Amino acid sequence: MSNSVLKKKENYTPTTNACKLCTPLGASLVFKGISNAVPLLHGSQGCSTYIRRYVISHFKEPVDIASTNFSEETAIFGGGVNLNLALDNLRKQYNPEMIGIATTCLSETIGDDVAMFLKSYREQRIDQRLPEIIHVSTPSYRGTHMDGFHGAVQAVVEGLSNKDFDARSGHQLNIFPSMVSPADIRHLKDILKAFGISYAMLPDYSDRLDGALWSEYQTIQKGGTDISEIKNMKKARASVEFGKILEGGRSSGGKYLKDTFGVPCYSLGLPIGVRETDAFFKVLENLTGISTPDRFVSQRERLIDSFVDGHKYVSGIRAVVYGEEDLVVGMVSLLREIGIIPVLCASGGKSGLMEKTIETIVPEYQPLGISIRENVDFMDIEKQAADFSPDIFIGNSKGYTLSRRIGKPLVRIGFPVHDRIGGSRIRHLGYEGAQELFDRIVNTLIEKGQEKSEIGYTYI
Amino acid sequence: METSCEDYICSEIDPEEVKNKLISKYPAKVGRKRSKQITINRIDEEKCVPEVMANVRTIPGIITQRGCSYAGCKGVVLGPTRDIINLTHGPIGCGFYSWLTRRNQTRPNGPEDHNFMPYCFSTDMQENEIIFGGEKKLKEAIQEAYDTFHPKAIAIFATCPVGLIGDDVHSVAREMKAKLGINVFGFSCEGYKGVSQSAGHHIANNGIFTHVVGLDDEIREGKYRINLLGEYNIGGDAFEIDRIFEDCGLTVVSTFSGNSSYDYFKNSHTADLNLIMCHRSINYVAEMMETKYGIPWIKVNFIGAEATAKSLRKIAQYYDEPELTDRVEEVIVKEMPEVEKVRAEVKARCEGKLAMLFVGGSRAHHYQELFKEIGMRTIAAGYEFAHRDDYEGRRVLPNIKVDADSRNIEELEIHPDPQRYQPRKSPEEISELEKTGFKFKDYEGMMTEMSNGTLVIDDINQYETEKLIEIFKPDIFCAGIKEKYAIQKSGIPMKQLHSYDSGGPYAGFRGAINFYREIDRMVNSKVWKYVKAPWQQNPELAATYAWD
Repeated sequence: MSNSVLKKKENYTPTTNACKLCTPLGASLVFKGISNAVPLLHGSQGCSTYIRRYVISHFKEPVDIASTNFSEETAIFGGGVNLNLALDNLRKQYNPEMIGIATTCLSETIGDDVAMFLKSYREQRIDQRLPEIIHVSTPSYRGTHMDGFHGAVQAVVEGLSNKDFDARSGHQLNIFPSMVSPADIRHLKDILKAFGISYAMLPDYSDRLDGALWSEYQTIQKGGTDISEIKNMKKARASVEFGKILEGGRSSGGKYLKDTFGVPCYSLGLPIGVRETDAFFKVLENLTGISTPDRFVSQRERLIDSFVDGHKYVSGIRAVVYGEEDLVVGMVSLLREIGIIPVLCASGGKSGLMEKTIETIVPEYQPLGISIRENVDFMDIEKQAADFSPDIFIGNSKGYTLSRRIGKPLVRIGFPVHDRIGGSRIRHLGYEGAQELFDRIVNTLIEKGQEKSEIGYTYI
Repeated sequence: METSCEDYICSEIDPEEVKNKLISKYPAKVGRKRSKQITINRIDEEKCVPEVMANVRTIPGIITQRGCSYAGCKGVVLGPTRDIINLTHGPIGCGFYSWLTRRNQTRPNGPEDHNFMPYCFSTDMQENEIIFGGEKKLKEAIQEAYDTFHPKAIAIFATCPVGLIGDDVHSVAREMKAKLGINVFGFSCEGYKGVSQSAGHHIANNGIFTHVVGLDDEIREGKYRINLLGEYNIGGDAFEIDRIFEDCGLTVVSTFSGNSSYDYFKNSHTADLNLIMCHRSINYVAEMMETKYGIPWIKVNFIGAEATAKSLRKIAQYYDEPELTDRVEEVIVKEMPEVEKVRAEVKARCEGKLAMLFVGGSRAHHYQELFKEIGMRTIAAGYEFAHRDDYEGRRVLPNIKVDADSRNIEELEIHPDPQRYQPRKSPEEISELEKTGFKFKDYEGMMTEMSNGTLVIDDINQYETEKLIEIFKPDIFCAGIKEKYAIQKSGIPMKQLHSYDSGGPYAGFRGAINFYREIDRMVNSKVWKYVKAPWQQNPELAATYAWD
């Protein structure tokens, strides 16, 4: 088996059980992470219905995503009229501070000029107080949900940075956490608070996608990043943006702020595992001039202690890791720290950067026999996984069928997790995130071993 | 279990006032349209009900629960068939989101039998195909699917961009059919067609009728041979119905399309009778089978123990053979004691509680039966994608105005098959049956079975849902995953009637027992005691809010 990135042959075909989702889904998540914002998909209503049901099944929270409800005529004559109507109706019903528009395959294929529609919408309503209206181009035939996510972050930053002058001084830090869980976002906020750092985080859906019961009806759930905070991002002292693949690849919110307003941008890997979390804490120490607060030092110490306690269960274990490229890269980092060999690292994304990036973390990946594959689906993963005799699968719920067929357990991380409760509470980031992942991985392996034992030992 | 209509009115709340509240927040034009889709039920002496505007386009920016044509065609009607490879031609999202999400169950006949339901096949179109056309990739995808799995049939489903860029899925299907020697057929179910998934049902019906039904004329064993249409085997419903049928001595030729197989569809035109569960999604196939082959259809409902018994008797009446009639009565007598036992126990705890159902094109009607059996009252109901006949009954069919959106969906012109048309009953036999009150090709709709003063709302949206809950404080709300958590946020249990919350079956006798128990578990769960709902304005209670 060659260790190079095995690309599918040119023009080769069907995707069977995809390992990626569509672009407008990523954009919708970002809009959910902004205070008083409503996502609006410009296209057929099916897109917003499908995406809603998918996002809801993971987060188990209400998720409103509006649609411009194209009909056959709209598809022929263009979506301008529908867009105006949708904006008017959304404003009337929701009174939002921001409407985030993401295009779909349909409006992109017919070539709707959304920017022009919006210009004339604003001109016709010059006497009205309009919400911020941000537009991101997200045809599903270009990229994956991660491109929709990063594209929306960038569109929001760009769209709001050039707005009104705000007399306040900037925060110390902008933080772009990427597509992580609400529990991860809360943990990051906790860390930043402990450092006493003032910050703006985009997006922050930690409340809107993992919220409390309502004492009264909320047309728009509470929570999310304030729009004024986003407008002020250009004045921050620095930005931190997670994602090594993002760093090497596409444009981003952090890069935009750096290039346009000179805000320094620290591009870090997702802080999964000790090394990447250390790097994050190092940046925070540099920015603030204070050393890491004791409780995080203790978390790190306990984590390392547990690595020692548990090494006998994980050392040399072979794992298949799949999902978003940056998540896979982050997991590889943790897995190598604990001695697991990620024999197959797979993603439906195709940045062209996965192998190079993983090489920076695991230079010895070739002798270890690690295969790194981009642009694959679960059919490819399954075909290859069999050759690697893995002990464990690590990724989202979509790999369950495959783990079941091969008879090896699955540790659920990332998105979507819709066959377990608590998808929004899975923690990946920081020392505590690593602790949870480590404990879950080890316990899964122990459980599998225990089940196989004829005696049924209770002391392991 | 007779209950007078008046008993069901929620006397302290004026439905007119509710209606006004629901539409007060809309811009004038939107309000006018919605007011035609929100109706207060009133049944007159001739069993006529007020008109409900239905199957009309959703207003942009109003958050609807509706899906698209592709969802209705691929997801609903064709999705539950295990051995046809369903290939989505389009970018990745559409295929991904319809991948094993509806919880249709299937039971292959053996290890050799194909089961593609855990798979999701997509051409995963990229920009290159959008610009230069995707037919080449589609052909390669079909070839690859064939090489890998050797299926009996491959169906192609077009998504939004496909029609626009000029890809012709039908010509590709014809070409590949000739090349591979298996059945390959396409569906032009682009998401923007029609006003909801209903358009996709119609397109699916047309396709399956044109390309599959009638391909196998062999008449197989069975004395009473029926098709069950519009039963999708969510949570194993079709298994329970099959169990009862078998007990009664009825043979199912094909189900459309729960637990179905390509071979069953091919042979389905040999049945004696078509039974329709979900009128909305499948009546087209029944109509076409009647015209072409002479198979009559009747409406049945296996949701609710009483309804199940009634439907079985109706089938027996159709055949009019003492052997079958007696057998059906024996089965009912055998099944009912257990049902009655659980029903009585659950009814004691659920009696008088209020339910709302906003789901589907039949379920909002059928499930009212089950609630009635445990003494619960339905105070508001509506469909997501139904037409006027599903609300008001087929008697309004001649008066339904066909708008541009529906006209775009092809209506097939069907003629009697020169060789195979064979009326199952003579006109005299039919007329004899009708004299006894037996009704062919009839569906009286949901409203005639709802109480006066109840609210009937078509294509309800998120905003109206929340308002209704605030006003009526129902004890349970039935809809789908999209509504589930918004409703539960307000402290109301919410039962999913699309996917059954992973429960079921709820059809037939055992299904009824499952449902009674499930509703009991939900409405009487301890967890609700800890939720202070918005209208419970009681500061003392608020102070003691805690989990203990």
